[in-house]
Amino acid sequence: MRSSEEFDDERWLDEHAGPLVRPYVMTRGRILPIRGKFDLISLIVTVRPVPMSEVGFGPEHLAIVDLCHEMLSVAEIAGRLDLPVGTVRVLLGDLLHRGFIAVEEPQPEVNMSDEAMYEAVLDGLRTL
Amino acid sequence: MDYGLSERGAGRPKPPIAIKILIAGGFGAGKTTLVGAVSETQPLRTEEILTDQGVAVDDVSGVEGKNTTTVAMDFGRITIKNRFVLYLFGTPGQERFWFMWDELALGALGAIVLADARRLADCFPSVDYFERRGTPFIVAVNCFEGARQYELDEVRLALNLAPEIPVVLCDARERDSGKKILITLVEHAKARNTAPPEKMAGTPAG
Repeated sequence: MRSSEEFDDERWLDEHAGPLVRPYVMTRGRILPIRGKFDLISLIVTVRPVPMSEVGFGPEHLAIVDLCHEMLSVAEIAGRLDLPVGTVRVLLGDLLHRGFIAVEEPQPEVNMSDEAMYEAVLDGLRTL
Repeated sequence: MDYGLSERGAGRPKPPIAIKILIAGGFGAGKTTLVGAVSETQPLRTEEILTDQGVAVDDVSGVEGKNTTTVAMDFGRITIKNRFVLYLFGTPGQERFWFMWDELALGALGAIVLADARRLADCFPSVDYFERRGTPFIVAVNCFEGARQYELDEVRLALNLAPEIPVVLCDARERDSGKKILITLVEHAKARNTAPPEKMAGTPAG
């Protein structure tokens, strides 16, 4: 009876916020990755396949390993697997910890005052 | 200098340089459509989780006792000559989602504030945010069919924009229109960030 009223008051639950998910199942209750920070645009690449004998990985871990034979950003992995980014970060931490993936952090040296960078990007956009 | 694509010596080609571009705007302003129109990949929708960590920096009064919530985020990609990858992030511009913007805006080249001509006020918070943060941004007015045609000067006035901020009309469904907006943004960011120091110093006159 009360529950619908409660939801009316819940201003986080609307079309802006997206659906409520329960990400903890896949991460077994963990919120933070055991290793790594994983920016949304950090690039992930699989460095070795997961052997059959490997224990402790769920289907989502394996899906990431499969997906990242081609280098992908964290945001894309989340999108392709339809998982929240926070969940993907935890799974990536597990994979990194056991040496199945490599992470390329976004280059901090994207120099925002580098005229040549802007020119190259503009050039590229114009010829798309 | 040190970016040579042909340098295969190390075995692995040098990864492209990732550049973030943000697309903000009220709900229904056309962010998803715009990302889809210009992205080379199928546009993706991901979710970011707001956890207790976020609670420390956000005003979440009224939602105490709730540990997680999510916010939808549109995501697309444009590769430029294998040297650069533009990552487009579209996410709601309301203040309650700024915890996400803080991460996204870090190291972002700039932002496009997408305005719905029928509801200009929806993009006030995004404009405020980027002004305060000093992120280069432009305003693109998405012209929906049947919407009243705004004069660009009217929009500028309504949003109280500094004269140097570009305001353009667009059709978020059209790839060419989307490309044009991106070019306008990159040109604006370039002008701002590579301007001689004496021109940059001023804060927008009130």
